[in-house]
Amino acid sequence: MATQHSRSAARLMMAPAVILLLGWMLVPLTMTLYFSFKKYLPMRGGDLGWVGFENYIRFVTSSSFWPSVVTTLTIVGGVLLITVVLGIFLAILLNQPMWGQGIVRILVIAPFFVMPTVSALVWKNMFMDPNYGLLSYLWEFFGAQPVEWLSKASMTSIITIVSWQWLPFATLILLTAIQSLDSEQLEAAEMDGASAPKRFAYITLPHLGRAITVVILIQTIFLLSIFAEIFVTTGGAFGTKTLSYLIFQRVLESQNVGLGSAGGVYAIILANIVAIFLMRIVGKNLDA
Amino acid sequence: MGRITLDKVTKSFGDVNVIPPLDLTINDGEFVVFVGPSGCGKSTLLRLIAGLEDVTSGQIRIDGEDATNLPPAKRKLAMVFQSYALYPHMSVRKNIAFPMKMAGVDEAEQKKRIEAAAKALNLTDYLDRRPGQLSGGQRQRVAIGRAIVREPSAFLFDEPLSNLDAALRVNMRLEISELHNQLETTMIYVTHDQVEAMTMADKIVVLRAGHIEQVGSPLELYRAPRNKFVAGFIGSPKMNFIEGAVAQQHGAETIGIRPEHITASETDGMWSGKVGVAEHLGSDTFLHVHDSGLAETITVRVNGEFSLRHGDTVYLTPEMDKVHKFDAQGLRFE
Amino acid sequence: MARAVTTNRKIINTAVAWGIGLLVFFPILWTILTSFKTEAQAIADPPIFLGFDWTLENYAVVMERSDYGKYLWNSIVIAGGSTILGIIIAVPAAWSMAFVPSKKTKDILLWMLSTKMLPAVGVLYPIYLLFIKMGILDSKIGLVIVLMLINLPIIVWMLYTYFKEIPGEILEAARMDGASLKEEVIYILTPMAIPGIASTLLLNVILAWNEAFWTLNLTAAKAAPLTAFIASYSSPEGLFYAKLSAASTMAIAPILILGWFSQKQLVSGLTFGAVK
Repeated sequence: MATQHSRSAARLMMAPAVILLLGWMLVPLTMTLYFSFKKYLPMRGGDLGWVGFENYIRFVTSSSFWPSVVTTLTIVGGVLLITVVLGIFLAILLNQPMWGQGIVRILVIAPFFVMPTVSALVWKNMFMDPNYGLLSYLWEFFGAQPVEWLSKASMTSIITIVSWQWLPFATLILLTAIQSLDSEQLEAAEMDGASAPKRFAYITLPHLGRAITVVILIQTIFLLSIFAEIFVTTGGAFGTKTLSYLIFQRVLESQNVGLGSAGGVYAIILANIVAIFLMRIVGKNLDA
Repeated sequence: MGRITLDKVTKSFGDVNVIPPLDLTINDGEFVVFVGPSGCGKSTLLRLIAGLEDVTSGQIRIDGEDATNLPPAKRKLAMVFQSYALYPHMSVRKNIAFPMKMAGVDEAEQKKRIEAAAKALNLTDYLDRRPGQLSGGQRQRVAIGRAIVREPSAFLFDEPLSNLDAALRVNMRLEISELHNQLETTMIYVTHDQVEAMTMADKIVVLRAGHIEQVGSPLELYRAPRNKFVAGFIGSPKMNFIEGAVAQQHGAETIGIRPEHITASETDGMWSGKVGVAEHLGSDTFLHVHDSGLAETITVRVNGEFSLRHGDTVYLTPEMDKVHKFDAQGLRFE
Repeated sequence: MARAVTTNRKIINTAVAWGIGLLVFFPILWTILTSFKTEAQAIADPPIFLGFDWTLENYAVVMERSDYGKYLWNSIVIAGGSTILGIIIAVPAAWSMAFVPSKKTKDILLWMLSTKMLPAVGVLYPIYLLFIKMGILDSKIGLVIVLMLINLPIIVWMLYTYFKEIPGEILEAARMDGASLKEEVIYILTPMAIPGIASTLLLNVILAWNEAFWTLNLTAAKAAPLTAFIASYSSPEGLFYAKLSAASTMAIAPILILGWFSQKQLVSGLTFGAVK
């Protein structure tokens, strides 16, 4: 619904954003692809020629690859499980009538606004430190031996920290979804004789289905690339080296750009698979 | 001045041809109503005149000048939208002033015209409110006020009453007609409601699928509809159409009789049938007659106190000189 | 229609919700409390909750020792600059998509969002290299550009959603009233879109403020913002809990406050409208 004049103006006005993003996507992507087929060691001789798929093969066959995949999946899976389950519980709880609902909501959401380096450091030192951490006082108080969290229970620790950061996101989105549930539907189900657990299973949970999917997809994309939380706490040691941390180390620490780039291509492909599902949901919503 | 001429105007959206070549002349000072079922292209036609859509081919002339490629702002037309399209962040006063501000009218003149419009539209007490604080009818008046102060050569109305409740709609209908009598400016009014068309128009343009089916005064359309479509669209309740043997007696494929041109009797008449639903409006009663052997339902208007009940037999007699005859193509002939 | 709930039920709800809320918030609360303790009290056994000698000393030490002001300023410039630049570029684009949609609009929008999914680590080296070549490694302008680009899809998306809510008829009315495209944008669209633009601004400042991949990898001494400032505390040095807490509190306080205002935008902004 527009005239020719406004249509050409529109194209012109869209150009800067489109061109910038196109450049932002294509230039580095092409470079990563280019490097991934090269033996490229900036500190040790630079560009040492084409090597075909060697980097791709070496990346996958290196002894750190499979552990990093397992670590990545464990962190992503663990955090998703904790945040979604607790998120549903919290969303339902926060949707109940109570005093000071607004304040409780603020308390629950707050961790999302804490910068990752801060939350990682605070947890590492003030809670998980085996000597002075609050958790070790707690353990001692109950007569247990304090745990060396970040070295002995490193994965549990990382998953705890990251879950704490992302629980607000899951809660907030699920709460929004629950609030959009027409209460007449629940009342109709109640009139039809459905008990509270049945109402949850047959009305509330299906209504939340899409929101849960969105939470899972978006969190997956962000969780696949968590960085600061590991950088600041374990530095990738004690079995906490994720795929993206491995790539980071290959590129910046051991300065093997070719190998790291091949890993980067794997990461991009992985993220795109998740992204396709997410985009489908978003796209459907655009039509509606 | 406000003479608008459309010359072989067409409009396509992509491959879809919404308006086939169309010619129409709207004379200065006329109140013209575009009426038709939804999707007939009446709003598109109005937007073409407004300049909010480009014509695909053809020419639009306003007061003799080619306006085909003029932007809306330069056409000296004012439009009242279905949603009123008031600027929510501006007071009523600023809403009304906006077109004058754009045209660079000086402050004193602006003030004078705002006050005159506010007085005419009963908005004086509301000038400093925001549109959000007004009722539907008041918003409608503000939209009209914003159109008046521009002193346009023609007003365009796009289904302006469809968001109002029934009582208010009747009121606003009168007010707009009143306004037209005062200003004597050309008005083009789009509606799907044939009652609005009949009561307000000097000239009605009946549209179907982008085609003009007929142009004429309300009574011309009522008395001599050009075809079955117009005959069925104009008039309420709808004209009864009868096919088959009865039509052939009149030498026609189909005959049409308006409900008000049939008399009903409890004792005798030309046709008989059973009373289905009787709608009592007080002043009139509409009988829906079944089993007459003519058509599934024949609607008859009788006087208010007619007291037949559901299932009673009723006898019907048409006024012969008011029977419309249609040929196989649906065109009316004498 | 809300129904009356028994007071007992409400009391239980309230108690459970506040309990959990405080538990989730506790690490932040503890950090804030610790920042007012002395270093010795910060590691006291058993831990002290409120009965300590409140002091502002830690803040003074942190400010003095680590040039906190510089990091803060870098954070403000980077978060603010990237967001404002992003909005300037995104407003016309979102306007076009919302008011002059074509068949391609949806695809362009989805494609823009998909660039957001690109894992940063996959393009770390190319960006690093380009930054060296262009001489903008460890510069504020470099980070402004990168953060603008990674948040541009969200900014376009959010503005598009807000603009879509402005009825097209109002803009057409302005056109009929004689407004040019420029006047239409200045007098009608912008004032109506200000709440939307403001919340977009807010959410993106938060996201840029907390961004901790590019800010850690593309800065050193000169352009490092607060994320990097805090990361420098990762190697312990004697008694430092109270100082760490003070530094952390200063880094998160402004954003916590902004964040509380942006709860609603957070949902639509981060889910690309998939959840309303």
